[in-house]
This record gives sequence, structure tokens and C-alpha cells, in this order.
Amino acid sequence: MTRKKIAQFLGFMALRVCLYLVLAALLLFLYDIGKKGGRTISWEFLSKMPRRGMTEGGIFPAIFGTFLVTLVTAILAVPMGMFSAIYLNEYAKQNRITRLIRLSIRNLSGVPSIVYGLFGVILFVNIFKFGTSILSAGLTLGLMTLPWTITASEEALKTVPNSYREGALALGATKWQSIRTNVLPHALPGMLTGTVLGLARAAGETAPIMFTGAAFALPFLPKSLSDQFMALPYHLYIMATQHHDLAKARPLAYGTALVLIVFVLGMNMIAVVLRYRLRRKRKA
Amino acid sequence: MTKRALRNIRESAIKAFFFTNGILAVIVLLGIFALLLSSAIPAFREIKLSEFLGQTLWDPTSPTGARYGILSMIVSTIYVTLAAMVMALPIGLGVAAYLSDVAHWRVREIVKPIVEVLAGIPSVVVGFLGIVLIGPLLAKLTGRTNGLNGLNGAILLAVMSLPTIISISEDSLNAVPNAYVEASLAMGATRWQTLARVKIPAALSGIIAAFMLGMGRAIGETMTVLMATGNARTFPHGLLESLRTMTSNIAIELGEVPYYTTHYYALFAIGLVLFLMTFLVNLVADIVLHKYQERES
Repeated sequence: MTRKKIAQFLGFMALRVCLYLVLAALLLFLYDIGKKGGRTISWEFLSKMPRRGMTEGGIFPAIFGTFLVTLVTAILAVPMGMFSAIYLNEYAKQNRITRLIRLSIRNLSGVPSIVYGLFGVILFVNIFKFGTSILSAGLTLGLMTLPWTITASEEALKTVPNSYREGALALGATKWQSIRTNVLPHALPGMLTGTVLGLARAAGETAPIMFTGAAFALPFLPKSLSDQFMALPYHLYIMATQHHDLAKARPLAYGTALVLIVFVLGMNMIAVVLRYRLRRKRKA
Repeated sequence: MTKRALRNIRESAIKAFFFTNGILAVIVLLGIFALLLSSAIPAFREIKLSEFLGQTLWDPTSPTGARYGILSMIVSTIYVTLAAMVMALPIGLGVAAYLSDVAHWRVREIVKPIVEVLAGIPSVVVGFLGIVLIGPLLAKLTGRTNGLNGLNGAILLAVMSLPTIISISEDSLNAVPNAYVEASLAMGATRWQTLARVKIPAALSGIIAAFMLGMGRAIGETMTVLMATGNARTFPHGLLESLRTMTSNIAIELGEVPYYTTHYYALFAIGLVLFLMTFLVNLVADIVLHKYQERES
């Protein structure tokens, strides 16, 4: 009896150690970036252009570029993700085509990000002749985000009770009228939350934009969607590995890492708060 | 009557519109495969497939004759991925078991969002930490001049695949029918024995799927390994050596290669190999997960 108890105690202890290990790793990561990046952050760092071969000055063009490319990503991925989810949850019957679509979505979310980058080079840069630009990079990221936004939007649609749909149909509404008036208003907050989470992930990606539009360094801001741009993740990669004076660039790399983390986790936070508040509002 | 006909037409048009969006995922997936294939095929006008997959030397810019063997990269990718999984699976499963069977629900409510934060850290930041944090640590521990090697990349990949492994394993542990647990406890087993000998075996297919999905992510991860593993082009003989994975090689060379040369096409061929590898791993995960969901329902 006691031996069994001891085994249980040790076993549960081992599980707890696993959890502590994960939490410790996360804390260590965030602490290191927060402490060393925090020293670099200043108003100048956030609002100015890089100077002296990127050993001084700020990262404003990278922040601006990431913001812009995420916008393009959103314009492609948000509506298409939502429409696709509406089809799957509201219209699709259980048949071969639906199964094929679902299988494709699951596999798309497993395609490596660098493969999306290669795909973007062929399709957007070369075939569509968009060149290396914000447009090419944003569309590449948009396609990568698509499976996430579809899945998230469908989850939101699933939470709408069937009686809402049936109520509208019973009053003589058409299918689309019932979706528009009774389903979408309730699912929209959840759809938006999931979509913002997907966009946050896209904003932090490097591999898909490396060859489709992100630039090493630009002395000016992009003027149109067909210009190259600087982006936070790619800038961090450059500052950490490609810079001619790595030691001098290190503080700026830490600063960039912190800004990137705050950008991405900030978007996550917005999504979570949004979900929480909308959920409470619905209950009340 | 005409009004109704009009209404029906509009409804069908709307349905067709949504269907077009729905079918898009299939088109994109096929498109990726087709375009990769069409850009990879020209490479094999000059490279023999047996050389490409069977030779270890990759030296496309050699003046004495370009060599296009990717075996070293394939082996490097497999090394780093498996090492990452050896670390991530027990820890991830441990956390999942802790959350599903031991932890108070309040702890669970706190830990789950924290694990999500871990999933939200961009891979380039994780790679950066490999350079500034894990690298120096490994160098000190192993007595080498630098810590940019396979082990560094594996540690980082393990951390990155943990959220996937934890959440899917926890779901599958929670999906084990309560009757199994109650039967085990009624026979006098402790909660630990129930967990180790009843719940984990019952959830095994879900755990295998978690492992496969984590592995799929690790194989395709680019920035982390690019920054942390050192990228030497030699055949790897151990994890403490600098090595170059398939993803890193594409990332390093695609920026410099002249368009439409054999070297350029060969990089797309590597992309195709990568696509097929991850596709296979994800498909197996999908089948396993599906089987297990069918059995549970």
C-alpha cells in the first residue's frame, strides 16, 4: 500500500517537474528578451530610421512594414477564411468533396512556411509579376494564414445553436437570410478573435517573406504596395546573423526582438480580451 | 412565381460563391504541389535523381563541377527533428498528464494560456535565443568554441513543438471514457497506476498523432534551425556538430542564386522533398487521429 503511494507521489512529482521545466523555459526566454531589449527601447528607437549601417537609430520602417504587410495578409485571408468557413459549416453536405476540402485544409496548415515562401516566389513574384513587394509578401502570408482563419471561423460558427437557424427558416426566410440575420451576428465576434490570432502568427513569420518582398535595409518607407519593405522578423534575423558588426548590432537585435514579441503577443492579447468581453456581453 | 424563381437563383448564386471559397483550399494545396513540381523538374535535366537523393556533397558553385547531393541535409533534418522529439514528447506528455489528471482546475486555467503564449513566440525570436542564450550555454557545457550545433536547434525545436504536443495529448487523455478510469480505481489501482496503465494506453493513438504533428512542424521549421545549428555543409556525425537542414539550405541560398539556373531549380526540388515529407507525416497523423475519433464516438 505504501509502495503504491510512494510510486504515485514520485510519478506526480515527475509530471509537475515537466510543467515547471516548460514554465521555466518560457520565463527565461521572456526575461532575457525583456531585460536586454528593454534597455534599447526608447522613443527614438521606435520612431526613427536606422542610421550608420544599422548600428544606431531606430526600427520604425520595420514596424511600419510589418504593420502594412499584415494588413495585406488580412485583406486576403480574413474574408476568404470566413466565406470558406461559412460554406463548410452552413452549406456543405457530408460527401467526398467536403472531406477533400477538410483534408486539404489540415494539410495546408502543415505545409512548412519556407515552402509557402517558394510558392510565393513562383506565383506572385514571377508568374503574376508583382516582383518582390509588399503585395507578394502579403499574399504569400495570406495563403499561409488561410487554413488557420478557416478553422477558427468554423469553430465560431459551430457555437451558434441550430435553433437560431431553424427559427429563421420556419418563418420563411431563405437559407442565406437565415445565415445573415441569425447566424453571422452571433458568430462574428468569435470569427474575428480567431482571425486576429491567425494574423498575429503571420506577422511573426520570416521564411515566407524573405524572398517575396522583405528587404535587408531601406533608407525610405515604402510608397506603394509594389515596393520592397522592411519587416520586424526579417530585421531581427539580419541584425542577429547577417550584420557586418554583430557585437554592435546586438542591443538593437534585442530591442527588435522585444518589439516583435510585444507586437505579436499584443495582437494575441487583443484577441483574447475581445473574446472574453464579447462572451460576457452575450451572457448578460 | 417569377419572384420565387429569382429568389432561388439568388440563393444558388450565393451558395456557389461560398462553395468557390470553400474549394479554394484544395486548389491552393494542389497549386503548391504543381508549381513546386514544375520548378523542380528542370533541375533534373542536369542532375540525376540518384545523385540528388543519394549523394552527400552539395556544392552547386564549385568551379570544377557542381555537385547536388542533398543526403547530408536530409540526414541533418532527421537528426535534429528526432532529437527534438526525444526531448519534447516525454515533457509534453508529462505536462498534458499533469494538466488532465493532477492539476486543480484553477491551475489548468492559468497554465493553458501560458502555453499558448509559448506557441505565439515567433520562430525568429526563438532562433535568436538560440544564438544569445542556448549557444553560449552549450559552448560552456561542452567545452567547444561555439554552441551553434544540432543540439541547440533540437532544444529550440523541442520548445516550439511543446504547445502542439501538450494540447493534443491533453485532449486525447481527456477523451478517455470515464468508465475506464472508474473501473481501474474500483479495482484498487491508485490514480498514478490508472494514469500510467489505463489512460495513457487508451489515449495512445492521440499521443502518436501529437508526436507526428509536432514532428511535422519540426521538419518544416526554418528560422530557428537556420539561426541555431551553424549550417556547415558537411555530413553530420553527431548532434554536437554544426549541421545544415533542408530548410536552412533553401533560406541561405535562394536569396543569392541567379534565377532559372540549375542551382535555382535544385532549391525548389529540395522544397518539393520537404513538402512531400511533411505531407506524409501530417497525413499519417491525420489518419491516426481520425481512427481514434471514430472509435471514441
